[in-house]
Amino acid sequence: MTQNLDSLPAEMRKKQYDQMVKEVKPRPPVIRNVFWAFVIGGLISIIGQVFFNIFQNWGLGRLEAGAAMSSTLVFLAALFTGLGLYDEIAKVGGAGTIVPITGFANSMVAPAMEYRTEGLVLGVGARLFTIAGPVLVFGIVTAWIIGLLYYFFR
Amino acid sequence: MAAPKKNGQQTVWFQNPPVILSAATIVGPKEGQGPLAQTFDKVIGDNYYGEQTWEKAERRMLMEAMQMAIQRAGLTPQHFDCMLAGDLLNQIISANFVARELGIPFLGLYGACSTMCESMALGAMLIDGGFAEYVLVGSSSHYATAERQYRYPTEQGVQRPLHNTWTVTGAAAMVLARQGQGPRITHATIGKVIDLGQGDPMDMPAAMAPAAADTIARHLLDTGRSPDYYDLFVTGDLGVYGRELAVKLLQQKGYDVASRYTDCGAIIYSPEQDTHAGGSGCACVAVVTCGHLLQEIKAGRLKRIFGVATGALLSPTSTQQGETIPAIAHGVVIEA
Repeated sequence: MTQNLDSLPAEMRKKQYDQMVKEVKPRPPVIRNVFWAFVIGGLISIIGQVFFNIFQNWGLGRLEAGAAMSSTLVFLAALFTGLGLYDEIAKVGGAGTIVPITGFANSMVAPAMEYRTEGLVLGVGARLFTIAGPVLVFGIVTAWIIGLLYYFFR
Repeated sequence: MAAPKKNGQQTVWFQNPPVILSAATIVGPKEGQGPLAQTFDKVIGDNYYGEQTWEKAERRMLMEAMQMAIQRAGLTPQHFDCMLAGDLLNQIISANFVARELGIPFLGLYGACSTMCESMALGAMLIDGGFAEYVLVGSSSHYATAERQYRYPTEQGVQRPLHNTWTVTGAAAMVLARQGQGPRITHATIGKVIDLGQGDPMDMPAAMAPAAADTIARHLLDTGRSPDYYDLFVTGDLGVYGRELAVKLLQQKGYDVASRYTDCGAIIYSPEQDTHAGGSGCACVAVVTCGHLLQEIKAGRLKRIFGVATGALLSPTSTQQGETIPAIAHGVVIEA
């Protein structure tokens, strides 16, 4: 690949350059990322399980203990986001911190903090769902579709 | 007939090369812990710098850099015929609001991260053209203001890819004058917008490297100089691997600059600072040029440099609409 890109037609030039970029670009450390996603994601799940057991021991039913556990995790994630720690954990944990419910809490609290400077209504209110919004929309739409399928084919 | 002060297609030369009378830099805490810490005039304690918002903090940094540069030149704002500045924020609010305070006739610039060299090139043209005696130029960027405008809220938990660069928090200003003591701007090469089809907004170096290579090659062609005329080629914010791309592209064009080529983004942070590919942003090239590079020139360790600031001309909207990233690079020659 020593050919001068300038001498190539536009489309070829883009392709050749793309190839060059791929060669130079550092590769993501997939194995390490997957490992840490597993460890951190697993850790969050264990913490959830511990709370779930505690709440059940306190006499809550299965459903109520689940709800209480989710709220606790959401609270903790919000707290860690507020303390500026969640993004540090996510840097290592990646998907392991984004996929659990804590990631969802983080994606709500982060914009809330960020856009506070633009006021309560047009800042926090309007932009609270900038990242969580799509998750909700497509989550709910998927639920509708599954619900419909369940209704017709159960 | 060709314009009398033009060399080739994109380069201008200055009959009475404007003088860089003074310069000033302010950086954020992270930059203040980097390898160039000693070369900056001021390091702020935290990203808010005593202000309510990050935008105001960025503005205050630019304001102080401007004031410091004016003061060092022994001038007052009234002396200036024109101020040229810009930043990354929508409607270049940092530069506009600073200009409101300074009361100097103002031309706002937007060249993304290429703004510093754009302002130096235009300032030098104004002076050598006889339109100004003193011109104030400068640029700023802020990690948090850039992140929230271009990417995610800062506390959002995301895993940045390894090829990503870190927006430099800082501001720098320079006083250009028709006469006086100091390094001079002898040439400027105005870049073309180049787009080789790169579309990943997390990978701006890949989009900008072809623009940098194009401007450097064009400059050498326009001036008929060989790369060894310069002690150093410096690009703005290509970072570690963007530099590698630019070197390869220049090699293809027949220029070997690898031994005398560095990138501001690649030297502003140390690898331990975990910024991945290095620094970026308007302030990256601005604070390294106004700090480290000018100091090296004054100390006599560098005689002639070709500084090339690179800018990725994208917006979040253009990215979301599936557009690729156009990029630009402007170059200025600084000689001791």
